[in-house]
Amino acid sequence: MSEEAAATLPPVVGQLKDRFGPAVIRVSTFRDNVRVLVAADRLIDMLSYLKAEAGFAFLAELGGVDYLGYPGRSEGARFEVHYVLLNQETHERLVVKVGVDDPDPILPSVVSLWAGADWMEREVFDMYGIRFEGHPDLRRILMPDEFTSFPLRKDYPLRGRGERHNFPRITRDES
Amino acid sequence: MAVTRNGGGAISGASRPVLTNRPGAGLPATKGGIEVPENVILTTVDSVVSAARKFSLWPMPFATACCGIELMAVGASRFDIARFGAEVMRFSPRQCDLLIVAGRVAMKMLPVLQRIWLQMPEPKWSISMGACASTGGVFDTYAVVQGVDRFIPIDVYIPGCPPRPEQILRALMDMQAKIQAGGSVFGTGLPELAEREKMLAEKRNLPVGLATARERGDEGRFGYKSPGGDALLGADETR
Repeated sequence: MSEEAAATLPPVVGQLKDRFGPAVIRVSTFRDNVRVLVAADRLIDMLSYLKAEAGFAFLAELGGVDYLGYPGRSEGARFEVHYVLLNQETHERLVVKVGVDDPDPILPSVVSLWAGADWMEREVFDMYGIRFEGHPDLRRILMPDEFTSFPLRKDYPLRGRGERHNFPRITRDES
Repeated sequence: MAVTRNGGGAISGASRPVLTNRPGAGLPATKGGIEVPENVILTTVDSVVSAARKFSLWPMPFATACCGIELMAVGASRFDIARFGAEVMRFSPRQCDLLIVAGRVAMKMLPVLQRIWLQMPEPKWSISMGACASTGGVFDTYAVVQGVDRFIPIDVYIPGCPPRPEQILRALMDMQAKIQAGGSVFGTGLPELAEREKMLAEKRNLPVGLATARERGDEGRFGYKSPGGDALLGADETR
């Protein structure tokens, strides 16, 4: 994050800054993790570049975060989706993050780049309600189809809204 | 087993039925009472049917978590559920008469469990094994059913996380006692079970979330305010 850490950043960060300029909003490090926050409109460009030209061809993880009420966070979008990329030749890892905000969060899908992102994007949609445009089959993956909430959102109660009680009762008379 | 017809009313408390008719037994001869040969027990058809049922339970192992591992141990040679005649685990509910719910049941799984229960032929019984199946256990979250007895009838509960195999055998013996006591040819069950189910049926008209929350004291169960508020919405708000 800090300026003196910039010297230890891997060269790919410099390449991204040169190539994408202001679309690279923030670069930070935490325990050897390098995180690049990118603007949503350049997300696919950056991921395509990282995959095709920078050697980060492997999508290791795709996940979401809800920063609602996060301590010390006063700016930025409510949700973030992160893409953990792995360079299989140098064993470098790079986390590309993108913010998306609350009313109707939509991001472009990366299934066209990595087919393995299919179920991961479905899970992020299932848990946070972030929709991925261009996903071939965006429906719930873990929760039942008739579930209407997005349970990992921070404004969703831990014990749910009564969904776990929402079943018919079978008594011995009728079974 | 044979049932001798009771030919008269001559049996009183003082002259109990004689269980042998050997001449040398030195017992008083009975007049108009019951004379049965050796190794014959007098009983009722209900009792015999119950005995046959309780010693040949066919469990349906609905094992979803670590309780299932303990259930497997009960089936293996060290604990050996075959000693109680219940070793015939069948994986089709159509062939079973004892449902053992072993492990937590997620809300996506509960319709499956209910369907399996309905597929089992009468007479049938059920055991809720472990803390999760009985109460939800530590999984007090939106996705985990807080006790399967809210939605299907349960005869015997086993505490523990997971229960020891001995507890499962104990529960099986309790189940056998219950079957012997309450069973009938028509499978009507115990009177106190009928009472409980009548109580449950009265609560069915309430909104689902409210009814169960009131029944179990679900809200504020551990003395803290649950994040995001209590789960108190009924069926209409959540569908």
